[in-house]
Amino acid sequence: LASAGSVGAAMSSGGTLSILRSDSYAELSQYRDQHFRGTRYDQERLLRKSCTLYVGNLSFYTTEEQIHELFGKSGDIKKVIMGLDKVKKTACGFCFVEYYARGDAENAMRYINGTRLDDRIIRTDWDAGFKEGRQYGRGRSGGQVRDEYRQDYDAGRGGYGKTVQCQ
Amino acid sequence: MSRRRHSDDSDAGQPHKRRRTSEPSEIEERLESLICRVGEKSNSSLESNLEGLAGVLEADLPNYKSKILRILCTVARLLPEKLTVYTTLVGLLNARNYNFGGEFVEAMIRQLKECLKVNMYNEAVHLVRFLSDLVNCHVIAAPSMVAMFENFVSVTQEEDVPQVRCDWYIFAFLSSLPWVGKELYEKKDAEMDRLLSQTESYLKRRQKIHVPMLQVWTADKPHPQEEYLDCLWSQIQKLKKDRWQERHILRPYLAFDSVLCEALQHNLPPFTPPPHTEDSVYPMPRVIFRMFDYTDDPEGPVMPGSHSVERFVIEENLHCIIKSHWKERKTCAAQLLSYPGNNKIPLNYHIVEVIFAELFQLPSPPHIEVMYTTLLIELCKLQPGSLPQVLAQATEMLYMRLDTMNTTCVDRFINWFSHHLSNFQFRWSWEDWSDCLTQDLEKPKPKFVREVLEKCMRLSYHQRIIDIVPASFSVLSPANPVCIYKYGDESNRSLPGYTVALCLTIAIKNKASNDEIFSILKDVPNPNQDDDDGEGFTFNPLKIEVFVQTLLHLAAKSFSHSFSALAKFHEVFKTLAESDEGKLHVLRVVYEVWKNHPQMIAVLVDKMIRTQIVDCAAVANWIFSSELAHDFTRFYIWEILHSTIRKMNKHVLKIHKELEETKARLARQHKR
Repeated sequence: LASAGSVGAAMSSGGTLSILRSDSYAELSQYRDQHFRGTRYDQERLLRKSCTLYVGNLSFYTTEEQIHELFGKSGDIKKVIMGLDKVKKTACGFCFVEYYARGDAENAMRYINGTRLDDRIIRTDWDAGFKEGRQYGRGRSGGQVRDEYRQDYDAGRGGYGKTVQCQ
Repeated sequence: MSRRRHSDDSDAGQPHKRRRTSEPSEIEERLESLICRVGEKSNSSLESNLEGLAGVLEADLPNYKSKILRILCTVARLLPEKLTVYTTLVGLLNARNYNFGGEFVEAMIRQLKECLKVNMYNEAVHLVRFLSDLVNCHVIAAPSMVAMFENFVSVTQEEDVPQVRCDWYIFAFLSSLPWVGKELYEKKDAEMDRLLSQTESYLKRRQKIHVPMLQVWTADKPHPQEEYLDCLWSQIQKLKKDRWQERHILRPYLAFDSVLCEALQHNLPPFTPPPHTEDSVYPMPRVIFRMFDYTDDPEGPVMPGSHSVERFVIEENLHCIIKSHWKERKTCAAQLLSYPGNNKIPLNYHIVEVIFAELFQLPSPPHIEVMYTTLLIELCKLQPGSLPQVLAQATEMLYMRLDTMNTTCVDRFINWFSHHLSNFQFRWSWEDWSDCLTQDLEKPKPKFVREVLEKCMRLSYHQRIIDIVPASFSVLSPANPVCIYKYGDESNRSLPGYTVALCLTIAIKNKASNDEIFSILKDVPNPNQDDDDGEGFTFNPLKIEVFVQTLLHLAAKSFSHSFSALAKFHEVFKTLAESDEGKLHVLRVVYEVWKNHPQMIAVLVDKMIRTQIVDCAAVANWIFSSELAHDFTRFYIWEILHSTIRKMNKHVLKIHKELEETKARLARQHKR
């Protein structure tokens, strides 16, 4: 095995170093949607080619326009779908952002995830793709599950969690 | 070059199967990891780490020589910020194993030739610098390095070649001298003087018409925006005047001098620069961005002057760090802040300057703009006591110099600043900029503030902006982004089309179909009566006005509402906007309804292009029409234009690709 050939071949085929390949922000998280219809394998396959991001920890008052402005910084947006309270049909603090190109979604994961919108640190994660019904919160009161049991007071998310409110 | 292909992604996704036979690849990973991590923060000294690693690699040479060669060649090419760490390592290996040293040099030359063949010129520079630093490590004999540089400089004598080709060879030569100038001059001063003199005469005769195009500021004060080769030449001349004394570069090989000077050196084989071909694409020339000098940080360490070679080396290394770690913002910030020499140079200033250099680079930044915003935020998190102040100082300086700043760079400044502020509760000392209030609103400073406030509003909401600026700034505050519906008020009932608008409103609220809409619109008279061919499908501006005004008003609640409206009544739009005049008029009406909300105009135009209600030509005609002249210098107009051109380009590329694929398929068919 001539060293010459392997060096040349490695280089021209785009040989690189694993430390430079590191792209941790764009990787899948540990979260898997439990309501996903299909195998774990199907889900992960969809997540890996998805152009759609779930966006969480939004204020209830954050508008589609604000989301469009911020997420438009990583590329052209195909669609924004606001998350709604299932009962009230009002914004309940999450949304989906779909891009035309996966690369643009990756850049959102790298540079918009973990920064602020409406003064709140927002979180983005890969989504397997919007399906009708997924725009609704899954908490018993109609909002997101996390707002059911939340103990702290969050002015941007309806105040205290629902269980606390009912006490 | 370092872009991952998506086929790599799917491999990463599969559960890692541990095969018994994968041991060699595990060792290769371990070797790569050991080599890549040397020089990182460690409990032991760099020297002892290098010594240890050299021992490990020497022991592994019998079984893993080709892998070690490949890894070392790759780090030489891709980790230039750690150049001297790896040249020292190679030096130690060469001292222990002369043949290995020879094979490494040969492999590097092969890699260099291959890089030049495939237009990887930026990486080729790293290889040339690596080779030249190997002279310092007693791996390569100085005279043979000088001979290579002689061949480089003689490219300037070639005829009928692009200037950028000669530029690259001169750059590769000059930019290696901070590392090896001293050694080469000591061994071959006459040859070096000749090379420098040939270089000087080339630099004098080369064209520099690109400079005004690439300068961020047109003014020369306080810092001239120099052409990159001119700046480097000044730096090398100063270095030579200083007898090649260079004090910034970390040189681990100095500690091993007694070992290395015993080593036998290799001669570089004669290197003929590959000839220029039709496919050769050389790097573009640059202008050096400078915004700071030693007066900007009077308390801290002195910033190396603009013509000092230290400045060159620091900037090169910081740019390389960003290039290595742009995808990993925390790593990138940490690596930038741990650049050696922290207490001898005002590192925060260098970092901020290098980042803005990239952000403002013309024609385009090396990386996506939003990366720089987030990187600066990460840096502020890591250095909360110092970096925000430098950034504020930089912002102030950029503001002061708006009058001579390139418009594209001003746009990027606006985008960066507004996004940055939105991460820090829009806290800013706006009163410091009260000077702009007395100026004409079209002048750069007030215009800048207006555009910043408009962008800040897009990231928040109108009242927030009113709250964050002093009352005196209200003249610069953005309009409340509300829709203007001309048929809304009873007082407008004398307007032509008013009754049809009312009718339409009711029909749409009752979920009318496209056909019902058409029949309602039939009653709208055509002010261009003589053009009517009786079919009813000619351009009728009043029909367009009534329909588009009413629909957009009903759908004004959000982007999604408006998009749904466009989709639902797509057929009506297509018919009304069939002609070029129709398309233009649709855009005009959109503007009239939403002129307070430029963001809405932009997304509607985008959607209408994508759904082919209007085309790119119509958008261009509308933007350059006399009706829009008063908004011609507003940012949103250029956002729309650039976005439209981008879509057009993507579309052209896409159908070109489809054409090529179809041709290929046809060719395959014919073969059968």
